[in-house]
Amino acid sequence: MQYMLMFYQPAAEFEQRDDASSQAYRASWVAYADAVRQAGISLGGHGLFPPMTGTTLRVRGDKRQVQDGPFADTKEQLGGYFVVDVPNLDVALEWAARAPCATSGGVEVRPVFTATAVAAA
Amino acid sequence: MTDPAAHQAAERAARDSYGRLLAILSARTHDIAASEDALADAFARALERWPADGIPSQPDAWLLSVARHRKLDAWRHTRVQDAATQSLMLLAGEVDEGTADGAAVPDERLRLLFVCAHPAIDAAARAPLMLQTVLGLDAARMAGAFLTAPATLGQRLVRAKARIRAAGIPFEYPQARDLPQRLQDVLDGIYAAYGTGWDDVDGADALPRGLTVEAVDLCRILCGLMPNEPEPLGLLALMLFCEARTAARRSDAGAYVPLDQQDITRWDHELLAQAEHHLRRASAMQSLGAYQLEAAIQSAHCERRAGAPVPPETLVALYEGLLALRPSVGAQVSRACALANARGPETGLRALDAIAANEVTNYQPFWAARAHLLAAGGARTAARQAYDRAIGLSASAAVRAYLHAMSDRL
Repeated sequence: MQYMLMFYQPAAEFEQRDDASSQAYRASWVAYADAVRQAGISLGGHGLFPPMTGTTLRVRGDKRQVQDGPFADTKEQLGGYFVVDVPNLDVALEWAARAPCATSGGVEVRPVFTATAVAAA
Repeated sequence: MTDPAAHQAAERAARDSYGRLLAILSARTHDIAASEDALADAFARALERWPADGIPSQPDAWLLSVARHRKLDAWRHTRVQDAATQSLMLLAGEVDEGTADGAAVPDERLRLLFVCAHPAIDAAARAPLMLQTVLGLDAARMAGAFLTAPATLGQRLVRAKARIRAAGIPFEYPQARDLPQRLQDVLDGIYAAYGTGWDDVDGADALPRGLTVEAVDLCRILCGLMPNEPEPLGLLALMLFCEARTAARRSDAGAYVPLDQQDITRWDHELLAQAEHHLRRASAMQSLGAYQLEAAIQSAHCERRAGAPVPPETLVALYEGLLALRPSVGAQVSRACALANARGPETGLRALDAIAANEVTNYQPFWAARAHLLAAGGARTAARQAYDRAIGLSASAAVRAYLHAMSDRL
């Protein structure tokens, strides 16, 4: 089964990214990403720039609304993701628990829509 | 109910009754789900009636009688005549039996435990099923501890109960020849509830997963029900040794403290004494088992509080005994660490290298142990790489911070 692990982080963590004193914090993400890759389960993933660098577009009727910032203004924001191929949800949750943001924000684990996933459902 | 101790006592008493009553209600029909519904109704009825009528002299018997009537009503409503007729007759028999006033409710929880840990039940469902049926915990409460989605865990429990009923798994005490294996399954379930996911290289320090108290309760119940079996006592001792060190595993600032650096004044000496007592009782029965050995290892780790650390070779021998009885990757990694303490990091590393690579790819304690031993042997670059791997595989922020600090010190 393929799952997307979506890493949600509080604002303070986005600020920490450029903070020289939080080298250990950055290193823990590097170590986590390496562990995912070395386990041979990664189908790809990226870190994202902070939510305020995002731009959200909505079309309502014939009007386009373009807005600075993320889709929804929530306390935790998407900071990155991995798509992993693992046997089941329990294993996906095990990997989610290892993400450094699991203790500060949270990780959403969502099945990826694939042809085999549809056939199995 | 403002007094937390009184509240806790009431909760424990309710838990105690819950399992006893459920065991009796399910014994004949094998229908745990229907018995749970009936019991929930009976508890709700008690909340309604007891404040007005006063608490009955035999609360358990009262609850049981109400639950039985509820179950009988439910069966009547289903109108499934064929198979149901027989069961109804059985139930009617149960109701008659139960009407005897003042009779104490017998303790059939042991049968319930054996049913829940039956080999025909999905191994992942056994521990939560025991906690639910014997202590009354619900799936939402347990999901975090088993790192499972609440919906998944709920489905697993429903499937397991359906299987018990459909497959006719007997609510009976196992036969003598099956007993060792069946008891092992029960013990493994309890230990899984305690948190086997975490076997730290320095010795089975459980993560704070929220169900440790319940697992200890369950094991105490089991020891009470099987007073002449040494392994339940061994497991109880093992868990109590780990519990006794809870407060010392983190500093005041929340930092991870490895076992050999823990402040022994923060260990719970009352729990340690209990653990030693149970372990001694178990070993007096002269039948060695894996849980007794694991408890003996924990006992050895705690020996420095007596000012007399156990010789390193003794720990090697204990781990080798454990591996002979029950091989596991965790015990292999721990043995390698014990070897390193006794005979130097090179010997420890050779033991680590002998473990099959595919078994340790994602096993955090292996990488942490490897990093420590490489660092001790002066292989700095390789040690750093191993530390990084251990950091990436760790699910604890405190452990990650500790490993970072160790890596930076190189």
